[in-house]
Amino acid sequence: MRRIITATVNNSSGVLNRITGVISRRQYNIDSISVGWTETPNVSRITIVVHVDSLYEIEQVTKQLNKQIDVLKVSDITDDPHMERELALIKVNAPAANRAELNSIIEPFRATIIDVGKTSVVVQVAGTSEKVNAFVDSIRPYGIQQMARTGVTGFTRSAK
Amino acid sequence: MIKVEKQTTTKSGAQLLIDALNAQNVEMIFGYPGGAVLPLYDAFYDCDIPHILTRHEQGAVHAAEGYARVTGKAGVVVVTSGPGATNALTGIADAMSDSIPMVIFTGQVATPGIGKDAFQEADMIGLTIPITKYNYQVRDVKDIPKIIKEAFHIATTGRQGPVVIDLPKDMSLATTDTVNDDTIHLPGYQPTLKPNGMQLEKLMQALATSSKPVILAGAGVNHSRATAELLDFAERYQIPVVNTLLGLGSFPQDHPLFLGMGGMHGSYAANMALTDPDLLINFGSRFDDRMVGAPKEFAKHAVIAHIDIDPAEIGKVLTTKIPIVADIKETLTQLLEMSITDETDKTHWYKLNMTRKERHPFTYNRDSKAEIKPQKVIEIIGEITEGKALVATDVGQHQMWVAQFYPFSHDHQIMTSGGLGTMGFGFPAAIGAQLAYPEQTVVAFVGDGGFQMTNQELAILNDYNINLKTVIINNGSLGMVRQWQEKFHNERYSHSIFQSQPDFVKLAEAYGVKGVRLTDPQTLAADLKEAFAYPGPIVIDCVVSPSELVLPMIPPGKANHQMEGVE
Repeated sequence: MRRIITATVNNSSGVLNRITGVISRRQYNIDSISVGWTETPNVSRITIVVHVDSLYEIEQVTKQLNKQIDVLKVSDITDDPHMERELALIKVNAPAANRAELNSIIEPFRATIIDVGKTSVVVQVAGTSEKVNAFVDSIRPYGIQQMARTGVTGFTRSAK
Repeated sequence: MIKVEKQTTTKSGAQLLIDALNAQNVEMIFGYPGGAVLPLYDAFYDCDIPHILTRHEQGAVHAAEGYARVTGKAGVVVVTSGPGATNALTGIADAMSDSIPMVIFTGQVATPGIGKDAFQEADMIGLTIPITKYNYQVRDVKDIPKIIKEAFHIATTGRQGPVVIDLPKDMSLATTDTVNDDTIHLPGYQPTLKPNGMQLEKLMQALATSSKPVILAGAGVNHSRATAELLDFAERYQIPVVNTLLGLGSFPQDHPLFLGMGGMHGSYAANMALTDPDLLINFGSRFDDRMVGAPKEFAKHAVIAHIDIDPAEIGKVLTTKIPIVADIKETLTQLLEMSITDETDKTHWYKLNMTRKERHPFTYNRDSKAEIKPQKVIEIIGEITEGKALVATDVGQHQMWVAQFYPFSHDHQIMTSGGLGTMGFGFPAAIGAQLAYPEQTVVAFVGDGGFQMTNQELAILNDYNINLKTVIINNGSLGMVRQWQEKFHNERYSHSIFQSQPDFVKLAEAYGVKGVRLTDPQTLAADLKEAFAYPGPIVIDCVVSPSELVLPMIPPGKANHQMEGVE
């Protein structure tokens, strides 16, 4: 099952190494991991998407992560109302003749062309991994030259 | 953001380090010098803290572990960068596995050289992340007091463990007249010591309705010095007690409620009690696989209550109905303040356990006149030392025989590599214990295999006047490997039987240490007594039966009741 975990950590050197080590040494597969600054200086938020077989396994992962001294808080937000976003940059073949057609695909996904070349364009798309996957599938027939995905970042919704 | 405090005099990083060690009341440092720690060793020249120079970094770390295991205080080690640091890894991993408080300083090349494959450079942060509780690399000389204070705090609190401080050479050399605020501020590290009251209630309710309860007492009881409380609790509710290997000493072995050690080479009574209880109370054991074997079969009809200071241990191996994250002593103290109306009759359970214990004790051929039985050596030494010696073992058959036959009587008494299973551990660990308590009898039980991994530390027995009794259980082989090959590999003794062995008596003598060889089972008791009466360090080479097996045994992966070799 796919689980999404967020962790706030001290922004100390090697912290990512500590986190990934805890997960990989227990043989769980990390689908994606993204790190960035937060509203607090010296605190980073890490979002990890991991595949496990059972809730027991994810509990083990979160407990072991929580044990790390640089880890301030770990949450498995999969079952909470939450938002997750992923950004992808895709360089796709786009000879002049195809561009209008491309646009018609890009628009419904609210993707944007952020760079235009002679025979290709770079498209930026953001959303859930599902949406990014759907977009990539739609655009693939045109010929993807390069793709970079950030991995998921996210957190829980505000209390209502 | 960080408050900077002014100091009156200018100090080097090395001096700041020594000041910080003094502030922690460090009693001794185990170590080995080298290029990257030269500034530190220069400062040691004028330092009051005794430094023990071992002959190998692994020996230094194990000696510090021995010190820490018997005193409960953090062991302190200094090694140089690169090979010095990598030689220390085995000991660091060992301390991690057994939750031993340690602070290990590893030298590092000067900061401009880090990451450039400099001479004697190894990435100690990367190498030690998985085998330390935490690690630091000093990047600013002003942080040295803070880092050392935090390191000792982390090493000695919560679930204890080793902390590495990687110290670049230029950080030891750099001077400063100010240091950064050393207030401990670790928001991500707040160990829970006090148990949750509701969970305690649940435990006591379960106990009130249980007719077949059992206590599994692990290293946590020893670490938190809760032996008196454990005894009170077990006696009040008449609960039989099983020890783990590292929990030995936490319960009086001659007590009627004591069932022995459980697990792979545990007693029949202990393992059967772990098979069919209706309530299992685990105080401070992590349900290691050498104890549990087959998790699905282990105490499978029991309500499991698990008390551990490390929340990550609870539920790791077995499903726990009553999880209690807390210090063991704190928990037992609170449990003793509570009362229940006992609703059940535990007499049948008590009698069943006593019968099993009486009928199936640990045993061996005590009448053998042909060869010395290793178990006998341990039994006799148990008598000579009245079960009070500080006992270190190496790893293998002799380790299990010591666990089975030495009459442990108090906490912080056993030094054994329980988690990592490190050959070479026993001898230097005993040295550390003897240095901590020069007046105490310390016995190192080692195998002929493991002894040869760290026997160069014989050199320091005379250097530091270490009155250690070293007992080699010499069966001319890697006994436990041989045993497994006999049982699980069709007696194909691949590389487990030594073609030749050094003369251990001469080896001892080469280092200026007395050595004796014992070969006669008839005179064994008298010979051992004489050897132990020798007023100085002695190596006692006991030539024992080469084919003796450690029994009983639970084959790996089998359930605790599927013991073999029960008489």
